[in-house]
Amino acid sequence: MTYTLEGRTGPWEIVVGLEVHAQVTSNAKLFSGAATEFGAAPNSQVSLVDAGFPGMLPVINRECVAQAVRTGLGLKAQVNLWSRFDRKNYFYADLPQGYQISQYAHPIIGTGAIEIELGDGTVKTIGITRLHLEQDAGKSLHDQHPTKSFIDLNRSGVALMEIVSEPDMRSPEEAGAYLSKLRQILRYLGTCDGNMDEGSMRADVNVSVRKPGEGYRTRCEVKNVNSIRFVMQAVEAEARRQIEVWEEGGTVEQETRLFDTGRGVTRSMRSKEDAHDYRYFPDPDLPPLVIEQSWVDQLKASLPELPDERRARYVAMGLTPYDAHVLTLEKETAAYFETVAKGRDAKVAANWVTGDLFAAINRLKTSIAAPPVPAEHLGQLLDLLADKTLSGTLAKTVFEAMIETGKSPGAIVQERGLRQVTDTGAIDRMVAQVLEANADKVAEYKAGKEKLFGFFVGQVMKAMQGKGNPALVNEAVKRALG
Amino acid sequence: MHPTDFTLRGAIEALNEGLVTSVELTEAHLRAIEALNPRLNAFTTVTAEQALAQAKASDARRKEGIAGPLEGVPLAIKDLFCTAGVRTTAGSRILGNFIPPYESTVTANLLRDGAVFLGKVNLDEFAMGSSNTTSAFGPVENPWSRANDPDTRLVPGGSSGGSAAAVAARLALGATATDTGGSIRQPAAFCGIAGIKPTYGRCSRYGIVAFASSLDQAGPVARTVEDCAILLRSMAGFDPKDSTSAEVPVPDFAAACARGVKGLRIGVPKEYRLDGMPAEIEALWQQGLDWLRAEGAETVEISLPHTKYALPTYYIVAPAEASSNLARYDGVRFGLRVAEKGSDLKDLYERTRAAGFGAEVRRRIMIGTYVLSAGYYDAYYLKAQKVRALIKRDFDEAFGKVDAIVTPATPSAAFGMDEKQDDPVTMYLNDVFTVPANLAGLPGLAVPAGLDAQGLPLGLQVLGRAFDEETVFAVGTAIEKAAGFDALPRLRAGAV
Repeated sequence: MTYTLEGRTGPWEIVVGLEVHAQVTSNAKLFSGAATEFGAAPNSQVSLVDAGFPGMLPVINRECVAQAVRTGLGLKAQVNLWSRFDRKNYFYADLPQGYQISQYAHPIIGTGAIEIELGDGTVKTIGITRLHLEQDAGKSLHDQHPTKSFIDLNRSGVALMEIVSEPDMRSPEEAGAYLSKLRQILRYLGTCDGNMDEGSMRADVNVSVRKPGEGYRTRCEVKNVNSIRFVMQAVEAEARRQIEVWEEGGTVEQETRLFDTGRGVTRSMRSKEDAHDYRYFPDPDLPPLVIEQSWVDQLKASLPELPDERRARYVAMGLTPYDAHVLTLEKETAAYFETVAKGRDAKVAANWVTGDLFAAINRLKTSIAAPPVPAEHLGQLLDLLADKTLSGTLAKTVFEAMIETGKSPGAIVQERGLRQVTDTGAIDRMVAQVLEANADKVAEYKAGKEKLFGFFVGQVMKAMQGKGNPALVNEAVKRALG
Repeated sequence: MHPTDFTLRGAIEALNEGLVTSVELTEAHLRAIEALNPRLNAFTTVTAEQALAQAKASDARRKEGIAGPLEGVPLAIKDLFCTAGVRTTAGSRILGNFIPPYESTVTANLLRDGAVFLGKVNLDEFAMGSSNTTSAFGPVENPWSRANDPDTRLVPGGSSGGSAAAVAARLALGATATDTGGSIRQPAAFCGIAGIKPTYGRCSRYGIVAFASSLDQAGPVARTVEDCAILLRSMAGFDPKDSTSAEVPVPDFAAACARGVKGLRIGVPKEYRLDGMPAEIEALWQQGLDWLRAEGAETVEISLPHTKYALPTYYIVAPAEASSNLARYDGVRFGLRVAEKGSDLKDLYERTRAAGFGAEVRRRIMIGTYVLSAGYYDAYYLKAQKVRALIKRDFDEAFGKVDAIVTPATPSAAFGMDEKQDDPVTMYLNDVFTVPANLAGLPGLAVPAGLDAQGLPLGLQVLGRAFDEETVFAVGTAIEKAAGFDALPRLRAGAV
């Protein structure tokens, strides 16, 4: 079912394409040796190259190239063995060279594809047009002084991958799913940390609308949207604006817009007439970037497992598609799960991670990166369950104690004597005691009030401080009541 | 012998034999600068104290038995090379009082080999010019003058006019220079000295203020071909800080000077016979070819059919790159800043760049911006790149048949400071013989070969295959020897 927005003149389709700027995970900048740490003191991570000093020259950082190639491979995209850096010329105070070095005409990565899964379970393929390497600009700070602007060049020269999609998305949901999936792939690959609140990933959202069955109409670009939620909101807001323009007999003009997150609307930033003439031309300081197929093959061989492959493997291990999906969303979760599941029953491990562990994470407002119990401890807990040292109920008690104390489940069982009682003689004795003490209720049970069975089991478990093996207690009660 | 009369090689020998110290050499040159620079205006900055300290240190090293290939030799540095702690101007107001905290690779290599730096020498602003009249620090005067008109002050050529004038007037034993379209070879020819633009990539561009990155190349000027060879060996070498520098070994260029030309095939491009070229220059060219034939070389007429497009191609490519390279001079981080209180960023750019750049630089920025603009890019820049490839192919084909090419260095001798200033195109024609080597990235040497009727020096140019400077030096040395060029400029150390 195609997603549409209802206008006065009928339904409208939305067409969305995304340009995502992802900061390359690397210790040094794209063309200089300066560091790239986030949150460092202003202008503390700037080399003379980044500051555009006279006579300074760019030298390509091979690690950034490797990261772009890995990303291309992860996007199942074509890797171009010959690519080239161009200069994009414009003046701005935080652009020290007066140009940005970017692969405009000949990107390192060509067409690829991403599969996204939608809420109704359908899978859709979104085309990747290209991925190219470019350098970031610095940052202008206009709120530090009443009459002056400050410039921080820490970001100047940081390597970015610009990942351009085809206009294949047709709803806010698809745009959101695409961006989350892209982020997930980059994080699995370790080529971008995906921290959108630190600016490591930003999206330019291209939106147009059309009547069903039409070709494309004019699009507008909503710049620098910095969260998945805002991307979805921006798509809808911009689509609604364009529908209104068309329906009022107007024409949507191609322009660059900004998303006002507070008011939930887009505003014009600059029109096509104000568009810069960037005067692109090949950067004469840099020879074409030529890489060897053998190097690409090497990088391919060392690529980590990607989310789609991992999810398929989990399903093959016996997990439900839903659990497999949830466990692979973040690579940290998957890593946690794999530690717990190693050599153990995968389904039980998945239930504990998605159940008790996720509940604890939510309750404690923490994250899988700082889990309430280490994965090794949770694994040991599953071992104690498997060898029947603990009952399910006891295991939950021990799990809570693990969170509180940080101790291993073995140590907690030892200290608190929480070992499950499987000695049938001891259970039988306790059952006899309970039934004797509740002779009136036994009479009622025998008179037909069968729901009292649970009461007897509960009393026995209580008397045994929860340590009785539930199955054995059940059997013993049943036997005793004859 | 007066210490300023040494050749560079002669000075090294005298130093090695203990006949002179670096301090004596340096002091003599500093005195010569003091005497002549007020007239010639070759130096923008004289670093006398630093030079003497370097000379003392050099003499001390030599005493301890440590001597680099250029140990104690006083040189002048074109003010386009960044020198740590010493003002670097590029001949422009826009750099203001810019003192780089870093050393260019070429000057660092010279210091490593023991050289002493006397100071920074004048140039056309951002190396854009053929007369050294566009410098913000005033024009440089050629130490030569016309025999029948000694009062007309002549240009030294450009852009390395300060380098060439200083070396010709014996204010330095040699100098660094740069060549984007002829900026080493044309002033060398105008001042009666030798100068080589090596193969593109031979010297690192790191720390040299950029004019046109795909054409700029550093090289030496000196009073003999061999002195250039000695200097180039120290200046050259692969530099990981310049992605366009070539990872090739640096040969002993000086040894190649003595190779001779026997059996070499010398190309004579028929397209270099220009209409209206002075007969003297045509005659000198033929004379040069005769000398080479007499030494056992064979001369072969060759065709470089795209030569006629070289100049227009150059004046698209070079300004295009310059318009982008010079964008960083914006008044924000270093150099000149002209700002009106309460005005905005655009106003800062406009005021700073209008006040900081001279007319010729502004003209080239505008040309470059134009040829890269949307709608004009294909017709100008892209077309120029295609023609550039054809020019390069012409040379590739020619060098399949010949080992070197000999041409005049310039279409005229040095002209007066107030001549050719009205029409920039006339000025651009100075580079007609030199520009093709830049577009093709090939080595080109200018060697003094004779005098015109006015007693002004004329040079010949030797072009070679990429990274075959050795053959170029061999041919240049043969011409130099045969010419026996021993004329001296009127303005020179010891003479006034």
